[in-house]
Amino acid sequence: MKIKANYKKYVIPVIAILVLVLLIALPYFAERSDSRYTIVLFKTILMFTILTLSWALFSGPTGYTSLATAAFYGVGLYTAGVLGRVLPLPVMVLCGGLASFLLAVIIGGITLRLRGIYFAIFTLSSVELIKHVLHWYEITIAGGRGRPVVRVPDTTVFYVLLGILVLLIITSYLLKRSKYGLALSSIGSCEEAAAHIGVNVVTLKVFTFALSSFFMGLAGAIMATGMVYIDCFIAFDLNYSFFPTLMAIFGGMGNIVGPIIGAVVFTYLREILITEFPYVYMFIFGTVMILTIIYLPNGLIGLAESIRRKLLGGKHADTTCRRVN
Amino acid sequence: MLEVKNLNVFYGNVQILWDVSLEVGEGEIVALVGANGAGKTTLLNAIAGLVPPASGSVTFLGRDLTGAPPNAVVEAGISYLPEGGRLFPDMSVLENLEMGAYLRSSWKQKKERLEKVYDLFPRLKERRKQLAKTLSGGERQMLAMGRCLMANPKLGMFDELSYGLSPKLVKEAFDMLQMLRENGITVFLIEQNVKQSLEIADRAYVLENGRIVLSGSSSELMDSDHVRKAYLGL
Repeated sequence: MKIKANYKKYVIPVIAILVLVLLIALPYFAERSDSRYTIVLFKTILMFTILTLSWALFSGPTGYTSLATAAFYGVGLYTAGVLGRVLPLPVMVLCGGLASFLLAVIIGGITLRLRGIYFAIFTLSSVELIKHVLHWYEITIAGGRGRPVVRVPDTTVFYVLLGILVLLIITSYLLKRSKYGLALSSIGSCEEAAAHIGVNVVTLKVFTFALSSFFMGLAGAIMATGMVYIDCFIAFDLNYSFFPTLMAIFGGMGNIVGPIIGAVVFTYLREILITEFPYVYMFIFGTVMILTIIYLPNGLIGLAESIRRKLLGGKHADTTCRRVN
Repeated sequence: MLEVKNLNVFYGNVQILWDVSLEVGEGEIVALVGANGAGKTTLLNAIAGLVPPASGSVTFLGRDLTGAPPNAVVEAGISYLPEGGRLFPDMSVLENLEMGAYLRSSWKQKKERLEKVYDLFPRLKERRKQLAKTLSGGERQMLAMGRCLMANPKLGMFDELSYGLSPKLVKEAFDMLQMLRENGITVFLIEQNVKQSLEIADRAYVLENGRIVLSGSSSELMDSDHVRKAYLGL
């Protein structure tokens, strides 16, 4: 039994490293077979994986459903628009992350006193607020809508995204293992009790919210370089708020693997549906989502877990399973 | 050990506590009894830093804790068990206990503390992987107590320990308080269950409409006409 348990511990890291090696090698093969599309597709997948996993970093354990992802991603995009010509690429990407971090401290400081649906609505409106204030500023003061973005080769973008994702996975893992990870779940489980125990609830929430936004900003800053032109309606598109949330639900939020699987499968599915059924794709998509929420409340990971349990023939009631929002 | 002086607390314009003063000495079990709405929980919340007092002071071991944030109060050595235990229902028993040792000074010693809690409540060890919401009422009470102990408090404050428990479990819960005292923890409890609290407490205060109306040793209060009439129905 002991050997089996040990061997189980290594399965996920080994798979993760294998996938990482394959991804690092990917541009080489894609260039040889001259399929630019592959790299573009993987860029999108990596971007959504980063958004989903960083969303789950905060919203997963605490149960606070943030719909401000588009705001942080958009701030990253705009940072690239403003600073892309002035700063070298790594510094510019970092600035995108920091700008989002600061914005999240402000938004979080105001909204994290709210709960449940109020928090979701407020974060959602923050996206609209920023979008329209920026639009107003560009039209009336700066004069001229949108701005061009400096272009960077797709392969470079791909590697930067991959680097951000690895950093994000490591951060998520370390946070989950630390006592702060435990404290975040305790906030989700019973916030009053967390405060009674001595968790500095507000600080912890705001900091984690900002940390998750940092990664969204990084992703935005590097993704902008593939877009040539951005304006506030492209940058602060609400779909960037909805998709990561849906992807996390789709994959399951109990651990780190869930949001990743959710984002990868979901992005690929979306890509296929858009190309194959351009007119009804949203309809099919919505149906899949509804079915997921009704029949797979714990997402794909929950499904895998229950199949595994059935195969192993567990006799006991499931009392160790985690709540997933 | 704990000293509350002339505490006044308002919710908006309504005054809840009027010049409340009390004292809890080291190693004592002190009870605060009173009817629904007398302001018992408000008093505990004010001591725990969850409600800011308008005036008055809270001192603990010579340190002024008036208006201090909850984490500072826990750090000072006061553990507060709110009504109904307030567990983390979606976390395992082990995680619940670990959360009790959240503060920096306790976190380092969580292993030893965990052993101690498991010694006192072997039942919790058996169930350490189970989610707290799947425990029975009595086990929840043990878990709440265990979590309190994980912070290694000098003073434990218990709000309505008997809340929602069967008479047998109420007795067990009160026995646990005795056990805490034997382990060197001072106990301050708040109860509607006047008879049983007076039986285990050394001293008690009676709170009515936000004012302390009576205080004294438990046996004195048991004999007082007011308590006998109003609370014991004798």
